[in-house]
Amino acid sequence: MSAGIQFDSLGAPANFFEEVMLATPGDTRLQMCIQCGTCAGSCPSGEDMQHSPRQLFAMIRAGMREEVLNSTTPWYCVSCYFCTVRCPQDVSITGIMYTLKSMAIKAGKYEKKKAGADLSQSFVNFVENYGRSFELGLATRNFLQHSPVELFRMATMGLGMLSRERLDLTPDKIKNIDQLQAILNKAKEIEGVAA
Amino acid sequence: MKKYLFYPGCSLQRNARAYLDSTMTIRDDINIVLEEIQDWNCCGATEYKSVYRVPSHALVGRNLALAEQQIDGADTLVASCSACYLNLVKTESHMRHSARLESQVNRALAAGGLHYTPGALQVRHLLDIIFNDVGLDIIREKVVRPLTGLRVAPYYGCMIVRPDPDNRYGNPEYPVALDQLLKALGAEVIYFPQKTHCCSGHMTQVSPEVAYELIRRLISAADQFEADLMATLCPMCQLNLDAYQADTNRYFKTEYHMPVLYFTQLMGLAFGYDANELGIGKEFVDAREALAKIGVEVPIEEEQPKRRTRRRAKKEGLPMPKMPEEEVK
Repeated sequence: MSAGIQFDSLGAPANFFEEVMLATPGDTRLQMCIQCGTCAGSCPSGEDMQHSPRQLFAMIRAGMREEVLNSTTPWYCVSCYFCTVRCPQDVSITGIMYTLKSMAIKAGKYEKKKAGADLSQSFVNFVENYGRSFELGLATRNFLQHSPVELFRMATMGLGMLSRERLDLTPDKIKNIDQLQAILNKAKEIEGVAA
Repeated sequence: MKKYLFYPGCSLQRNARAYLDSTMTIRDDINIVLEEIQDWNCCGATEYKSVYRVPSHALVGRNLALAEQQIDGADTLVASCSACYLNLVKTESHMRHSARLESQVNRALAAGGLHYTPGALQVRHLLDIIFNDVGLDIIREKVVRPLTGLRVAPYYGCMIVRPDPDNRYGNPEYPVALDQLLKALGAEVIYFPQKTHCCSGHMTQVSPEVAYELIRRLISAADQFEADLMATLCPMCQLNLDAYQADTNRYFKTEYHMPVLYFTQLMGLAFGYDANELGIGKEFVDAREALAKIGVEVPIEEEQPKRRTRRRAKKEGLPMPKMPEEEVK
């Protein structure tokens, strides 16, 4: 079991704070946060976030499950890891953002940033069906779902990509896709989600 | 010749084909053999782990397990894409440090008849291999067309230097390996404080206005320091800065023209190869004018977009002070 996590008498994480730590690989050190705000000051997309990472961590500690999972903050994270390397307490901030995204998806709490959640889900679907990512399929599905008016702009770029031989019209598929699917299904079972 | 196991990743198959082609073109010059992992799958980018945790590591775990089967004397697994590199490093490192995750991933892999032994592989980025294993002395020897007079912005992006769980780069915000490599090729490496800032990742798809601002910061900084082009080492960075530069210009009413090439393409040029052997010409922002400075001609393919003239964005504010020469060992 991960270090320092409190469980209730049934073996479940004692509260939301413990649940977030348990769902993040490695030692998150979230309990060590001193609310200094270095994360917020280092974030390139911080000004677009509903709550700064510092605020979000205080909310997690306060058990504000609904508000945290509904926050747009994790969906603006660009995975640049500036906060993670600058945090004086070595909290794995980017890792926690990934955890919050997957918890929000599982709880169905991502309405405010649906585009981000849908992109991740489409990507997962392509990988699970083909074993490879498929840029054209991803971009098309994304723009059709969320900004059909932007489709023309995207089509222009798509043609530019095609003329430069930088885009495939069909996805590549790995040979042993059955093996990959068996592995992923088992992993989902271990994670406790439906395969 | 030193042999390495190679994980190319999805981007290098098509959108970043130029990165793969240029790497393959120069591999003999730098005495490396890259053996591709058989039937590798996608690393999951930043998306898979936004949805699932254990499956995201199992996805990467399959690649590690396949690579372990191919070790045969070469236990270094090389990736050229920073996102692939980081995903491989993270799963490898988490499996080494967490018995719980190691058991979860290996239980999942067993369903496909596979197993990965944590610590069996060293995962490294191509830049690390070229800088540390090949070394600048060999590279200097191979230079027949020095990039003299070409002002290059060394752009690392995020994921190669952060979070760097195995501490390979020493400095997560101001690394110098690419700077020194480009200098060894004869280029004039500009002072570029934004060298490890974010290219916006997948934000071009999710929140374009956020993406444009992050792209603008990088392009405008390179332009302000009068770079002729930017050198990159990641397909996502190249795509965002190159393919979305026109959209960014439209959004901010600017007229930046900053070509973005892979560092392996610049190595190839310095080693004397022609532009078309290195995939040059596939970029959206034309690099022709910049490369003319070092006497390289890029053949014009049919139906290429019209050549644009270079117009600088209007300079605003006070002139920038001259920066002191960067001190690197």
